[in-house]
Amino acid sequence: MGNPPARTVRFTVNGVPATVEVEPRLTLADCLRHALELTGTHVGCEHGVCGACTVIVDGRAVRSCLMLAVQAEGCAVQTVEGLVDGEALGPLQAAFRRHHALQCGFCTPGMLMTSHALLSSEPDADVARVREALSGNLCRCTGYIGIVEAVLDARAAYKAGAGKGRPDR
Amino acid sequence: MTRHDILVGQPVERLEDLRFLTGRGQYVDDRSVDGMLHATLVRSALAHGTIRAIDTAAALALPGVHAVYTAADLGAKVPMIPMRMEANADLARFEQPVLAHGKVRYVGEPLALVVADTPAIAEDAAGLVAAHIEPLPVVLDRTGAERGDTLLFEQAGSNRGLALQALRGDASALDAAFRDAPYTCRRRFKVHRHTAAPMETRGLLAEWDAARQRLTVSGLVKVPFAIRALLATLLGMPESAIDAVESDCGGGFGMRGEFYPEDFLVPFAARRLGRAVKWIEDRNEHLLAITHAREVECELEIACDRDGTIRGLRGQGAYDLGAYIRPNAVTAPRNFAQMAGGPYRIPALHMEVALLVSNKTPAGSYRGPGRFETDCFRERLFDIAAGELGIDRVAFRRHNLLRQDEMPSRLPIVMPYGSGGETDSGNYHETFERCLAEIGWNDKVALAGRQIDGVFHGIAIGCYIEGGGSGPREHARLVYEGDGRVAVHVGSSAVGQGLETIFAQIAADALGLPMDRISAVRHGSSGIVKMGYGSLGSRSTVMGGSAILDAANNLQHAIRTLAAARLGCAPEEVSLEDGLRSAAARGRVLALAGPSGLAGGGIEADGLFENDRRTYSYGSHAAHLTVDAATGQVRLLDYVSVEDVGRIINPMTLHGQVIGAIVQALGGTLLEHLVYDGQGQLLTGSLASYLVPAADDFPVIRSFVLENHPSPLNPLGVKGAGEGGVIPVGGVIANAIASALSSFGVQPDELPLTPPRIWELIRRGNAPVALP
Repeated sequence: MGNPPARTVRFTVNGVPATVEVEPRLTLADCLRHALELTGTHVGCEHGVCGACTVIVDGRAVRSCLMLAVQAEGCAVQTVEGLVDGEALGPLQAAFRRHHALQCGFCTPGMLMTSHALLSSEPDADVARVREALSGNLCRCTGYIGIVEAVLDARAAYKAGAGKGRPDR
Repeated sequence: MTRHDILVGQPVERLEDLRFLTGRGQYVDDRSVDGMLHATLVRSALAHGTIRAIDTAAALALPGVHAVYTAADLGAKVPMIPMRMEANADLARFEQPVLAHGKVRYVGEPLALVVADTPAIAEDAAGLVAAHIEPLPVVLDRTGAERGDTLLFEQAGSNRGLALQALRGDASALDAAFRDAPYTCRRRFKVHRHTAAPMETRGLLAEWDAARQRLTVSGLVKVPFAIRALLATLLGMPESAIDAVESDCGGGFGMRGEFYPEDFLVPFAARRLGRAVKWIEDRNEHLLAITHAREVECELEIACDRDGTIRGLRGQGAYDLGAYIRPNAVTAPRNFAQMAGGPYRIPALHMEVALLVSNKTPAGSYRGPGRFETDCFRERLFDIAAGELGIDRVAFRRHNLLRQDEMPSRLPIVMPYGSGGETDSGNYHETFERCLAEIGWNDKVALAGRQIDGVFHGIAIGCYIEGGGSGPREHARLVYEGDGRVAVHVGSSAVGQGLETIFAQIAADALGLPMDRISAVRHGSSGIVKMGYGSLGSRSTVMGGSAILDAANNLQHAIRTLAAARLGCAPEEVSLEDGLRSAAARGRVLALAGPSGLAGGGIEADGLFENDRRTYSYGSHAAHLTVDAATGQVRLLDYVSVEDVGRIINPMTLHGQVIGAIVQALGGTLLEHLVYDGQGQLLTGSLASYLVPAADDFPVIRSFVLENHPSPLNPLGVKGAGEGGVIPVGGVIANAIASALSSFGVQPDELPLTPPRIWELIRRGNAPVALP
């Protein structure tokens, strides 16, 4: 066995350039969490089912547990830390709070990133589309009703172009 | 004390949300310390076998590996994890060692702990540990456990730990009821094995301070003080040398925070190596290692008059508790026996429940422990009995539900523990009638059993009671800070349910303050209060909230006393004004907050609430669903919950709890199942095979919460409400499916009701009808 040599990877996270030395086997999720100390991205299953680790890479919502950090070379990555509007909550975050769309908060970053990617490209998404888009993110606390209501509520802000931190392309 | 409720009862947005929504939560894996090492477990790949050798040489030789511990490294006697709730000598024979020695008894049982520089090296090394285990025959069900030709513990002489008895009315009354009743009905039911599956797996960070000989353990949740006490015993350390630090917690549901082998092993390694050690469980490990729940079968029998009056209920059940008796393994079987009668008038009741061991992951307490199972069986039997007697299902329940003038109602005594109790307050008919109205029973009942657009409609209703507010006590401390704000410290633990917000609401109202004058709510960690009893059994609001009220009283008294000394009067003459910013008496006003104020150095007051009686919230659930007879697929069209919780602190968090609990229980009823093969291998070891509900599965849940009957047992009048959403779901759904498929003679007797099982029930139904 023995560790394969580390590789240098460069990408941007929430608009800020990052350079990391990583083992090729390190996932993007672990890289964000432990190498870059962006612990808002959570790991719930490590096999792409729960969606807690969802981040936005070049405009698309991806499972950062199923992507290696070395694959992010040259990409623009957005995490939950990039959703705030200055110090204030972004429109999705505020809607989540208003609709009690979270309890333990563990799935929440992934829910927010999936919803952000959805509303950034489909601000008119109807309830069925919202439920479909969220069906890849598991929550064990809320029963999802508040989450769906929050995403529907946040649509107006995205339609008005106020969705914070539109994904870099 | 006069209380002016401004915040209590309001849908106050949660304080917790600000950090969770911005990625600033502090879950255990979010913490790192310099020089930290990483641990991983080597787990048994066999369900039952004799350990011949564990070879750790290759793992130890890997660069970056600091230690590989097996049972042989733990000293002459391997520490055993004792029972916590209702300890019993008959069951203590089945306690779990922190590392397997001599034998392994389930797939996933810890064999060794590897500690290395990184998680990846630790996992590489774990793969190099070679365990030589000689297979033994496996025990995987009730029949095998009771037959006893293979024993998990030879020295115990049996796979049967104990039989609990719950009795109301004497034995002769019960015999008479069943001998004389014109109608009896006996059925066999089963609930399968499932589990909480919180989104955050478990984890621990243990730090050892050699100079001070102190251990700090982060990631403890639910009952950190109890875990600390046990850890101190097992490590041979004084309790006061261990700090138990509660982290944010990604879902509890009763299963997290019991004392697990890892809770000993990770701190042990930190102390032995003199370094911080972190362990984070992966999802496959989680499904193998966290306590499972629910697996019980029971023959249940009811005796009734022709008019449906229940004379007696009796049953023999058997819980499969897996390979070892875990710290609170008795909770579910005890509740199962005691709550079998639910909110109904059942004059004679006798339940006997055997606790069995088998070669599966140990089982423990999961949201609504025992109550989910027992409610399911009773409500199924009621619908069957009502059908056979030709009595309407609603009329049957209305006839037998306890009336308000029969409260309080005594619960059966559970032996050998001798625990009993009685309900506190309530009107069970109120929630029942409201639930019927909300679901539109009178209109929808006409659809029951009918096929419309190719699917069969079914409807059902069921009732439950939920025990909450378990004692013995809870502590709180309020600190009046120099800036006029108040910090709340409390012994209850947060498991994601929004405890910080409701405690801030309670404290602010009790002190006459706006919400933003509560500077912090700190909970659950040792060092915050003298003692804490954690978060379990729907107790936090009842116990922690009441302790905060007491502390608020004491804080006001302390401030009055100090102000009186300055003002030269008796404390009773002092009035606290302007939101605790000033005190007035005899025409003089004294500033309390600010640099010149009384509270420059802070004023503290402790609070305590003690209780040996439980609160009982209660309610009814109803469901309207369809079943596709060709595929067995169930679609939920409407689901209504009506409950009375005595008093609502925050309707938003309360509805969130109820709806979340219902969906979790719908998962447990229709989707989730921990499946083992014939060798005891868990076949559902990932979230791809262990199916929990997703956002498009159950979008139609409606929750109505009443506060018509406050509990007389605490000053807030609250009752617990964390589990009620779970309890009646299995029975209501099974009955609704029976209602839909009545023309096929389908009578579900076992959960989960997955499409293949329903399809199979249709095909072996005793009243075949041509399929569409």
